[in-house]
Amino acid sequence: MTAAGAFKFRIDRRSGVATYWQIVQQTKQALRLGLLEPGDKLPTAREVVEATAVNPNTVLKAYRELEREGLVEGRRGLGTFVRASLGTASSLDSPRRAELEEWMDRAHEDGLAREDMTALFDSVLNERFPQENS
Amino acid sequence: MSNTTAALEAAGLAKSYSRRKPAVLDECSFRLPRGRVCALVGPNGAGKSTLLRLAAGLLRPARGTLHVLGLTPARARERVAYVAQSKPLHPQLTVAETLRYGAVLNRSTGRWDRRAAERIAYGREDGEGLAPDARIRTLSGGQRTRVALALAFGKRAELMLLDEPMADLDPLARQQLTGALMSAAEEGTTIVMSSHVIAELEGSCDFLLLVTGGRLRLGGEIEEVTAAHTLLTGTADLDASRQTVIEERPSGRGRTALVRSTEVPDGDWLAERPNVEEVLLAHLRNTHVPPFLTGDASPVSVQRAERARAQENAA
Repeated sequence: MTAAGAFKFRIDRRSGVATYWQIVQQTKQALRLGLLEPGDKLPTAREVVEATAVNPNTVLKAYRELEREGLVEGRRGLGTFVRASLGTASSLDSPRRAELEEWMDRAHEDGLAREDMTALFDSVLNERFPQENS
Repeated sequence: MSNTTAALEAAGLAKSYSRRKPAVLDECSFRLPRGRVCALVGPNGAGKSTLLRLAAGLLRPARGTLHVLGLTPARARERVAYVAQSKPLHPQLTVAETLRYGAVLNRSTGRWDRRAAERIAYGREDGEGLAPDARIRTLSGGQRTRVALALAFGKRAELMLLDEPMADLDPLARQQLTGALMSAAEEGTTIVMSSHVIAELEGSCDFLLLVTGGRLRLGGEIEEVTAAHTLLTGTADLDASRQTVIEERPSGRGRTALVRSTEVPDGDWLAERPNVEEVLLAHLRNTHVPPFLTGDASPVSVQRAERARAQENAA
């Protein structure tokens, strides 16, 4: 346990999202929100399984994925540590955000409803960056 | 003993309780590698409890063999913990006396872990566990489960056989005790949990054995079992000779089918990966389909025969 309080995962079994993927996404979210910063220790597989009752292999799989993406590193006998922080593309003054806002205004003028925009966005996103796992 | 021996390995295993009645288990062959958390799933009366009791060395098979940690069930007993559905405990003893009794019974092995047993029985925080001086007869079903699991943890078994362990636990105890089981799994303990509630096992189990009518229907790593099946939705006709169709149901003008194949047939099909519950339910509704074991779940004798056949074909 770190002094700041250990980071905790919230597993939703009914979401239909693979458990290991929830762990990956929540870690990234924590990096974006600044809950985790480089040098911080992730909870051990043991701590995660005791708290969430998920299978230990699932936690290890998630940590391997985060490691593959270069976000964390496992240090033998010490645990898994955050290596990199994640960009803040979602922050208010980012140019990408401004472009997306423009795009949405135009889509709205064309008569697209909220759901149409989400569907369109997801469709292009999945086409360009297919998810390796469901 | 090498670690390559399986936690459980059954070949042609059969058991019947009476000559006149059909066999409770018949022709069961499978392999459970070590270090897995295995869900033993099937409807009531499918033979799950019989299989666990055979593995615990409490019953003898009528035919076939069953190896536990590479040994006969009787010889493996010291290294195996079995929690029966009925949780047989002495009603007059207190919780603390029961744990001391467990220590005495396991003295010969020198493996008894008092702290592990107490952590499960009394909990780590106030209000989580039981009072040491509570008598067994005053405990609820769920509280007795906690005592039985405490004995299993104290034994520091390499293999835990748990018959419906979660059935009468409240949500808090279920979460805490499943967490404790997962933490034992993290240390390498193999766990087999039976249940007929599928949702209960999702997330914590990584291996699956489905038994219906005394026969093994599905076996293997859960991801591998689901990945071997595809859920097809479309209006085209499905050619059953091209793939094993587990289940086909009308849907609007077309159909939804669960097939045992990863190839998408000709025609305009939406192909999705089914979840474990969809695969299990389809197999529970359609027990006539051929059984499916992944490589990991096949007994070594079967693996050997497959290899020989492959070599023959190659030659």
